[in-house]
Amino acid sequence: MRWRVRRTPTANGGLLQQALSYALLHRAELLAQTRTHVELAFGALALAIVLAYPLGVWISGRRRISAAALGTASALRVVPSLGILALLLPVLGVGTPPSLVALVILALPPILVNVDAGYRGVEPAALDAAAAMGMTRWQLFLYVQTPLALPVFLTGVRGAVVEVVASATLAAFIGGGGLGETIITGMQVDNQAQLLVGGLLVALLALSAELLIVLIERSIPWRRMRHS
Amino acid sequence: MASIRFAGVRVAYPGAARPAVDGVTLAIPSACLAVLLGPSGCGKTTLLRTINRLQPIDGGRIEIDGRDTAGLDPIALRRRIGYVIQAVGLFPHLTVAQNVAVVPNLLGWDSQRVSERVDTLLAQVSLDPQSFRDRYPSQLSGGQQQRVGIARALAAEPSILLMDEPFGSVDAIVRASLQKETLALQRRTGATILFVTHDVEEALSLADMLVVMRDGHFEQTGTPAEILTHPATPFVAELVDADDALRRLSVITLGELTASAARGTPLPEEPGTIPALDAGVSLRAALAVMLETGAPRVRVMHDGREAAVLDLDTLRNAVRR
Repeated sequence: MRWRVRRTPTANGGLLQQALSYALLHRAELLAQTRTHVELAFGALALAIVLAYPLGVWISGRRRISAAALGTASALRVVPSLGILALLLPVLGVGTPPSLVALVILALPPILVNVDAGYRGVEPAALDAAAAMGMTRWQLFLYVQTPLALPVFLTGVRGAVVEVVASATLAAFIGGGGLGETIITGMQVDNQAQLLVGGLLVALLALSAELLIVLIERSIPWRRMRHS
Repeated sequence: MASIRFAGVRVAYPGAARPAVDGVTLAIPSACLAVLLGPSGCGKTTLLRTINRLQPIDGGRIEIDGRDTAGLDPIALRRRIGYVIQAVGLFPHLTVAQNVAVVPNLLGWDSQRVSERVDTLLAQVSLDPQSFRDRYPSQLSGGQQQRVGIARALAAEPSILLMDEPFGSVDAIVRASLQKETLALQRRTGATILFVTHDVEEALSLADMLVVMRDGHFEQTGTPAEILTHPATPFVAELVDADDALRRLSVITLGELTASAARGTPLPEEPGTIPALDAGVSLRAALAVMLETGAPRVRVMHDGREAAVLDLDTLRNAVRR
């Protein structure tokens, strides 16, 4: 009898229950925050792709510029997201624009690196054959280089998407909104249930986004095919 | 049908000590299989790539059917010249059928015609269309990939086919069968083929015209038999191993020898005991038959009729220099 563990009403089951009731009670608010979160993350991702893709294609054909650009990109990766926000605050103020810019800076490096690697990695013999068959430069780019670079590009997008969805939480610090609001106020009022809801939703978003990219990657029939 | 003419063609890479191709002149008649033979770095690949203008030239001119290629649109020019390389260069993201169909599609053929053409070509290179059409290159062996490479190069019925060490990375057995099929394809299509290799055996067995290259210039041009029996320089003699009597025998056919020699005397023996060989058989193969059967002579058959009789003495004279 003396070994029996006493259960208090505030044990694990209790926390989950509290989290669930918090989520139900604040579902409208959470839904709006999730929407903002997704908009921020995917907006930043889309912007990063629009910027990094052409740049990556351009540098892939230029060895020296490519080395410099990739160096800069990996240096950017080292800067903590919160540091970027702090740096942007005096320039762009608070709200959505600085949050977007910070997330774009975060998403750029993995996409740039992989676009460069993807185009650079196209088998030279395939390019030689394509040129010899009378493809124009544009046809070469469209029908040979781009499809072959696509799987590598998507791997970069996968890396960026997880990073961006997770980091979009920080946007709440500078008034960018998103699920970070729930987490930050949860921290302020020391409400563990609220923290758990915010954290779980962010994790769920990041995982679903990654899963989506993985599914797209899997649908490419030549994804893992290496030349002989 | 297309003839190719090089006139003083020169290619100089910037910073190189000597030109990669140093003012070469050569006329290759239509439907000829010309082989460029030489060691690595002799300029044979560079010269090959000047024809479809993948390699710009720094001097001289190249004519196809008498027209200077410098005045032609390079894109249009390349679409009517087939190109096969050692690394094959199949597109890994396209199926076998899509790979073969690239040039016809670039030329805007309708899909029905493209599809029929693909099946015909795959059959021609000994790949069953039903089982190979929809495979990806990574699912094929090296030899199968090169067969697809050849089918792809032939897709738009080019009158010129450029082959750059096409069988360099397949094993000896596959190489032999691909060489045989190349010859058969050439006879069937009447294409002019320029074939680059550093493999002497391959050069001797394929060439109508053999061009020996060294340091950017031509050492000697001629039929394999001419080059083996009368090498112009010590370099050529050593490269083709002209001292090897069996090799010399391998490039001369019975027909070639007996056409120049007097017709054999009627035979006293029963014709049945003397081996009969086709005029297209090499002297080396004839010698092998004589050694195997113990027969002192063979009958040379031309179109099924006896054209001559060949004995060991005639063979010995043929190989003596």
